[in-house]
Amino acid sequence: MVFPKWTNRVPAILVASLGVLACFVVFAFWYWGSPKHYVVGYQPVQPVAYSHKLHAGQLGLDCRYCHFNVERGRHAGVPPTDVCMNCHTLVKTSSPEIQKIREAHEQGVPIKWVRVHKLPDFAYFDHSAHVNKGVSCVVCHGRVDQMDEVRVVAPLSMGWCLECHRNPAPNIRDKKLITNLAWKPEGDPAELGKQFMDKYNVHPRTDCSTCHR
Amino acid sequence: MILHRDDDPTKRPVLVESGDFHEVTQIISAPTETKFNLTWGILLLLSGSLLCLMLGLFGYLFWEGTGVWGVNVPVAWGWAIVNFVWWIGIGHAGTLISAILFLFRQRWRTAINRFSEAMTIFAVMCAGVFPAFHVGRVWVVYYIFPLPNQMSAWPNTRSPLFWDVFAVSTYFTVSVLFWYMGLIPDLATLRDRSVSKIRQMAYGIFALGWRGSARHWQNYERAYLILAAISTPLVLSVHSIVSFDFAVSKVPGWHTTIFPPYFVAGAVFSGFALVSTLLIIAREVFGLKQVVRLHHLDNMNKFMLLTGSLVGYAYAMELFIAWYSGSIYERFAFYHRALGDYWWAYASMVTCNVVIPQLFWFKKIRHSIPITFIITIFINIGMWFERFVIVITLHADFLPSSWGYYKPTWVDIWTYVGTFGLFGTFFLLFLKFLPQLAIAEVKGVMPEANPHHAHTAHH
Repeated sequence: MVFPKWTNRVPAILVASLGVLACFVVFAFWYWGSPKHYVVGYQPVQPVAYSHKLHAGQLGLDCRYCHFNVERGRHAGVPPTDVCMNCHTLVKTSSPEIQKIREAHEQGVPIKWVRVHKLPDFAYFDHSAHVNKGVSCVVCHGRVDQMDEVRVVAPLSMGWCLECHRNPAPNIRDKKLITNLAWKPEGDPAELGKQFMDKYNVHPRTDCSTCHR
Repeated sequence: MILHRDDDPTKRPVLVESGDFHEVTQIISAPTETKFNLTWGILLLLSGSLLCLMLGLFGYLFWEGTGVWGVNVPVAWGWAIVNFVWWIGIGHAGTLISAILFLFRQRWRTAINRFSEAMTIFAVMCAGVFPAFHVGRVWVVYYIFPLPNQMSAWPNTRSPLFWDVFAVSTYFTVSVLFWYMGLIPDLATLRDRSVSKIRQMAYGIFALGWRGSARHWQNYERAYLILAAISTPLVLSVHSIVSFDFAVSKVPGWHTTIFPPYFVAGAVFSGFALVSTLLIIAREVFGLKQVVRLHHLDNMNKFMLLTGSLVGYAYAMELFIAWYSGSIYERFAFYHRALGDYWWAYASMVTCNVVIPQLFWFKKIRHSIPITFIITIFINIGMWFERFVIVITLHADFLPSSWGYYKPTWVDIWTYVGTFGLFGTFFLLFLKFLPQLAIAEVKGVMPEANPHHAHTAHH
């Protein structure tokens, strides 16, 4: 006899363990390999402890006060220190965080904010195209007005983009309410969205060259 | 395979020239049991070096990008696709011999089936590397499989390139299963003949506990038949789908309905040629002349004559239809193919594939091993040129302003040469460590296997 008797069980054990391994590999890719896991939740520490919760939430500043380019260009824009100094020449001037901004402002160097929402270079995205068609900030960025430090809430994956491009109605609203992050539609959001889709002539495309130009 | 036991042994050609069953076992097991064969060692060294060269060049391509190949607009397919189709074609004889000839009870196949099945598998491996690297970004080559992903992107199911992936991978899987199935009884033979524990274990694991009982044989024969039935359509489907890569496009000279049968005939043609080339070498080096006889080589030569003539007919028909169609683009494509910039490739193709194999009409030539060997080499070259001629049609496409003369780079050339190293290395390892011929099947075609044979004492 070449093999001892226990080896009769080896094929069964092998098949079973390979099955378990295969399931694990699929799970690993499905769970850890998904942008829902590794993109959502990204929350870098910023050089200045600026609170969106305070400014956009409690004080009720409109998003566009700082991100003033959002309706005109691809990028919403990170405000120059001049925007901060509009108020902070008078408000809370002694705070050490404000000191950082003042110093940068006086020296004429920008604050090195850390980019939170990253899209790859090969994906073309235009803020103005979305905002002007009734897509609110909250759809992609979440309740920024409730975050001290901004955190990613959407997977920002191609599949996630396409989900909305294929069925935009639930995410379309009146342009006047674009920066109202707390607003909830009364009734069916898709029904309401349809009205504004007609009004703003919304026809999102899904061919490759829409985003990969 | 023991089939048709009752046919008269005196009326059929002697397929095996041997004294008894044991001698057949001895002859076929010998290469795996002898210590070292110098010719084999030298050949392995050579193949191994070429394999390393191939790996190195793919590494270079990976590092630098596909620009190191000669492919560019308008000829974006180049040698990579030529070599892919050529290698895939080579494999077809294996499946034809193992499946179709089996179903037609062509028992002479037993001397060559193991050999050609092995060749199929290694040829498909060589073929596979080319499209994998030709995609340009080989690290995302898994995009061709329909895997759910975060991009919600799926392969284009209307593209023949996608069908090709499935055709070739199915073909590879079935070929491996078929080959391995057939090997099991012979692996058990090698296991039982082994004297060292390591050999016993190694062959024993792959023999899957085969004891050669009647029940084992019954299951084996049934499984073999089923696999033969599964493989049979593959002989026709794989190269038909490879031909769709061309035929489904709109390029004049490619967009023709003759492509699938013409490709299949060409594939079998080149496959038989390479089986013959390798078999002639192996029977010399390993002393298998008693089992692989002139009769077998003669039969293969007849196959090459048939398929070569079919291919010749296809060339003629392409030219005729190009003229008869009245389409100026189609006419130009073929006129340019035969007499244009690449006339030398077309001329080589016709000479090697159509003219030279006609020599096989003469029995003297079919029975001359050196001449057969030379002709098979010509066929292999000719079939490579056939694919080159087809792919190169791209160099004069719709816009005369973008016409260009395609030239391979040194990387193209040596990568192709390197695939012979991949093929050779695996093939030599096969020759050394596995039974080159199907021991159990060969015994079935011996006169002694017939119950009515005079020397029943051998049982």
